Amino acid sequence: MAAVIRTQDLAVSYDGRTPIFYGLDLAVEEGELVTVVGVSGAGKSTLLRVIADLIPSFRGSVKVEHPRQDPTRRQIAMVFQAANLMPWRRVGDNITLGLEGIEVSENVKRERIDWTLKLVGLEGYGDRWPYQLSGGQRQRIGIARALAVDPDILLMDEPFGAVDAITRTGLQAELLRIWAETGKSILFVTHDIEEAVYLGDRVVLLGDRPGRIVQEYPVTIDRATRRESAEFARKVEEVRAGLQAAIQSAAAKSGPVAS
Amino acid sequence: MKPATRYFLASSGLVSFLLLWEGIARSGWVETHLLPPPFSLPETLVSEIKNGFWQAMVMASLRHYAVGFLLGSTLGVTFGVAVALFPRVEASQAWLARIFRPIPPLAWIPFAIIWFGISETAAAFIISIGIFWINYFTAMAAVQAVDKDLIEVARAFGHRSFFALLRKVILPGAAPGILSGLRAGLGQGWMTVVAAELFGIAGIGQRMIEASGLLASKVVVLYMFSIALLYGVSDYIFVRIQSKILEWQR
Repeated sequence: MAAVIRTQDLAVSYDGRTPIFYGLDLAVEEGELVTVVGVSGAGKSTLLRVIADLIPSFRGSVKVEHPRQDPTRRQIAMVFQAANLMPWRRVGDNITLGLEGIEVSENVKRERIDWTLKLVGLEGYGDRWPYQLSGGQRQRIGIARALAVDPDILLMDEPFGAVDAITRTGLQAELLRIWAETGKSILFVTHDIEEAVYLGDRVVLLGDRPGRIVQEYPVTIDRATRRESAEFARKVEEVRAGLQAAIQSAAAKSGPVAS
Repeated sequence: MKPATRYFLASSGLVSFLLLWEGIARSGWVETHLLPPPFSLPETLVSEIKNGFWQAMVMASLRHYAVGFLLGSTLGVTFGVAVALFPRVEASQAWLARIFRPIPPLAWIPFAIIWFGISETAAAFIISIGIFWINYFTAMAAVQAVDKDLIEVARAFGHRSFFALLRKVILPGAAPGILSGLRAGLGQGWMTVVAAELFGIAGIGQRMIEASGLLASKVVVLYMFSIALLYGVSDYIFVRIQSKILEWQR
């Protein structure tokens, strides 16, 4: 399989001196769902932003494959932690945000709205205003907005972090269904280890200070029964232990906390 | 409080005020030119309309007001947005704004006359100054307060040029603030329109000073209420338009 995203020796620094992370080699294969967990401040969100070309300066390389040249699609789309819908656009117009400026007819726009609303289970919501939606619904529109450009790659930055547990379980199931239906490659950042193990083909642990990839955990448990399996619990514990160690190591490196 | 109670109290407050005023004015305690009775106002209005003054003065004032409003608002919003977006523009105007901001619009009257003569342009110029500053500061604050995350979202979805971001995020995001600045300017404009006309430019202000010279205080009061009415109507229309534009807000 070909990697759709490949970073090599990637380092990002906001102040030009201290890197957020460094030496980061990460590959996401076509159709793969990779989850990223990590110590806070290790640069999980920053990693997605570099790949999405939202951070202008970095060292090393980021390669994103462009297998199909199609003017009606974008290669990458991102789902943000807070849904960040534009409150002055109706739901439908939020969904087509990424289609403005590429060559898409009004008809195709309408089709994409209907199709993505159906995918996220909010059919008929196109004419509503964002304020009329619940937090979970807004989050789903954020996902629909990303799917509307029919990207090969979805970058998701703690997309379910701000919703309640029940909604989150529902959204996770929906994401897996959409992923299975569309075959997209997904890089999914979360702080929730269970979520990472539940969703991922592979869990990447970002840790230390400055950040780097500490460990990768392949998850091969059957998806149909994954959450109930004993192996799932073991895998979660394994990742948790790794994260714990990474947190301690990061704390040791940043020195004693000044009081 | 129930809306009906509120309505009742508000209207009875107004009616009591008018009755008290009428009573005092008729009691003979004060001379009528010092305090004209309010119930004589309709008659005054009819006579002002009959001799053509009311329409002419209101139209003239509206003209000064409209030109001053458009000029002051356009420049104020444009500069306010530019200052908020470009740190270099902000820095280069910082001291200028500090110097010119505290000068009241009416202090510009001498220069308005020197530059434009006793003309409609002079009145519009004075009116525009107060409106300019209101819009300048509210537009600047509104743009600065636009959610940076939404700008990142727009960039992530392919809108990376300055004008695309301006059109898709910055202006719509700043619209509530900009509109409230425009509304404040709408009120500020009526405050200065009269003063701007006091020095002889045809309009409500000029008619008032003329009438007061003749001790025709009824006429003065009539135009005072005319201003209140014009302000009320323009504000009402503005709020209707504003709520249509900001339909997306709760």
